[in-house]
Amino acid sequence: MRHTVSALVENKPGVLVRIAGLFARRGFNIESLAVGPTEKPSISRMTIVVDVADRPLEQVSKQLNKLINVLKVSDLKASEAVERELSLFKVSAKPETRAEVVEIVDIFRAKIVDASRDELIIEATGTEDKIAAIENMLAPYGIREMSRTGKIALARGGRKTED
Amino acid sequence: MKMTGAKALVKSLENEGVKHIFGYPGGRLISVHHELHESKKIQHLLMRHEQVAAHAADAYARATGKVGVCMATSGPGATNLVTGIANAYMDSIPMVAITAQVGSMDIGTDAFQEADITGITLPIVKHSYLVKDATEIPRIVKEAFFIASTGRPGPVLIDLPSDMSMSQIEYDPDPEMSLPGYKPTFKGNNRQVKAAAKMILASQRPVIYAGGGVILSNAAPELTKLAHVTRIPTTTTLMGKGAIPEDDELSLGMLGMHGTAYANHAISNSDLIIAIGARFDDRVTGKLSTFAPHAKYIHIDVDPAEIGKNVKVDVPIVGDAKQIVAALVKEIKDDMAKLEKLPWAPWHDQIVAWKKKHPLTYKSEGELLPQYVIEQIYEATKNLDAVITTGVGQHQMWAAQFVKTLKPRTFISSGGLGTMGFGVPSALGAQVGRPEAVVFDIDGDGSFQMVSQDMATATAYDLPINICILNNQWLGMVRQWQELFWDKRYAYTDLTPGMPDFMKLAEAYGAQGIRITKPAEVMPAIKRAIKSKRPCILEFVITGEQGVFPMVPPGKGLQDMIYEQPEPQKGGS
Repeated sequence: MRHTVSALVENKPGVLVRIAGLFARRGFNIESLAVGPTEKPSISRMTIVVDVADRPLEQVSKQLNKLINVLKVSDLKASEAVERELSLFKVSAKPETRAEVVEIVDIFRAKIVDASRDELIIEATGTEDKIAAIENMLAPYGIREMSRTGKIALARGGRKTED
Repeated sequence: MKMTGAKALVKSLENEGVKHIFGYPGGRLISVHHELHESKKIQHLLMRHEQVAAHAADAYARATGKVGVCMATSGPGATNLVTGIANAYMDSIPMVAITAQVGSMDIGTDAFQEADITGITLPIVKHSYLVKDATEIPRIVKEAFFIASTGRPGPVLIDLPSDMSMSQIEYDPDPEMSLPGYKPTFKGNNRQVKAAAKMILASQRPVIYAGGGVILSNAAPELTKLAHVTRIPTTTTLMGKGAIPEDDELSLGMLGMHGTAYANHAISNSDLIIAIGARFDDRVTGKLSTFAPHAKYIHIDVDPAEIGKNVKVDVPIVGDAKQIVAALVKEIKDDMAKLEKLPWAPWHDQIVAWKKKHPLTYKSEGELLPQYVIEQIYEATKNLDAVITTGVGQHQMWAAQFVKTLKPRTFISSGGLGTMGFGVPSALGAQVGRPEAVVFDIDGDGSFQMVSQDMATATAYDLPINICILNNQWLGMVRQWQELFWDKRYAYTDLTPGMPDFMKLAEAYGAQGIRITKPAEVMPAIKRAIKSKRPCILEFVITGEQGVFPMVPPGKGLQDMIYEQPEPQKGGS
């Protein structure tokens, strides 16, 4: 079972290692982790996707909440949150296949952000499923390299993570 | 007011009411010791090993309820504190550890005596600081003491690069804390308190299971009152000893692996366990799946993460034990008074029967036995203002069994981490914190040898600690496991080769040495030690074959307890 945990933390040195260390120490496996500033410069948001197959999520949130630099922890359910990932694919695109690759880019509303003689760099955003789908479609042409951000998320509607 | 960071640190510590620091100097820490030397409010005690400094600060906190402070230099000084910090963390002891660090510009260059101590200690501190701006020193010290001593207490580390302690800053005597993410729950939810009272009244075989949280929150009077008002039998953990006087008729003594048979039977047959400031540690529960199979749970703890961690709880109450137990007494008092007869009167009869059938006892054939020694130490100190500390091993468990702890903060032992060598440092720390008290360290020959160098500290500061070495010439607890579970292959537990002459050792450190070999010599020796008001080593020469019983074998349930020492097998091969 996987969960998306959103944590608001003080933007201070060492906070990331405290959180990552806690997950490791308490036996939880982090699948992805994204950190960035929020609307308040003193606060960062961490979005952590965690596999909680063996241990209840409640223990993770409680232990996270105990860290002095952690302000708020919430479990974001997919149906109640907007979740996005950003990914970059460097794909082989020889003149004979380039048109097909461009078509895939259009279907997924992705973007070509760099082009060279034999390769394109494609930027795609979306849910995890969408990223997986475009990856799947691009694979036959040869994905030379890829980079993914890890998931970021916000609660839908008027609800704030702090609430 | 302009001053150095080091001086600002000392002034900030003075502001927190610090009277004693246990420490050890070193290159990067000189500037701090330089200023400490001039302080009129703080006494710095020079230990002989940093680990001892940390344990002494820990025990000082346990004995006094104040925050203990230890201090060491960068690199090896800091890493030598690690065991002591881990010990304080496991037992939730309020402590501030201050380490020096190489200069800010040298961090990360593998400089001489550099160790990433904030990194190393990350899993064993409640919080830590690496000072990056000397003007923040007063605020950091204030926050460190606040964090260490509130909520679930624990150790806080301050790592101070040498350029920070030497730079000139404007000292702020009243800094403002900035801890937006730290809000420990204090007051328990009233509805939950009512639900707990209702559940207690509906029970038939209730047991109170009190842990170190009761001692830490100074809730022993409230806990004892709760037991008296409700007439509920009460067992404590090793850390909870003193939560209720152990000579009280409601006390069941300690539960768990080496707990009393009647405490373990009570738990196993209970229909309601009221856990207060306790965390269902494996040494308490044995095999978790067979622990208290018929019981519901009320769990009172200041740390929400403890609720439901090991057992499923029916009524959780998060907050300070002192406040919640007082509220519970208030809630239940009138209803208890209205009862025509005690619903758990038959339960009491059952427990009395268990107490009769399986008392805490031992068999003696006239030889000097450790249990007898400990009983005599208890008899000699029970009417005194006394503190008992222990090392870790068999002697510790015998002490837990045969010292009846009558008051909180008078039994000091390493629980969660089980740190051998805790005895001498904890005696030192307790004696510094409680100068009027008679302090006895019940120790083992193995435990003592880990820290014997700090007898020098006792002599240097005239600390009249009484170190009682129960010398069976074995690493006795491991030996006991080898005897019972590892085919009697006594691998590397025989301490006979190289065993020092403890009387000469006492003499070498300027302490009094008394060797005791017969039961009749025990009480006179203890009395002589108390009277001497000097550091004293009492060596009790005991047999090596004595085991700690009852014992719940590792991995087994409390029901599978071995009640007493198995008879030695006679004859045959």
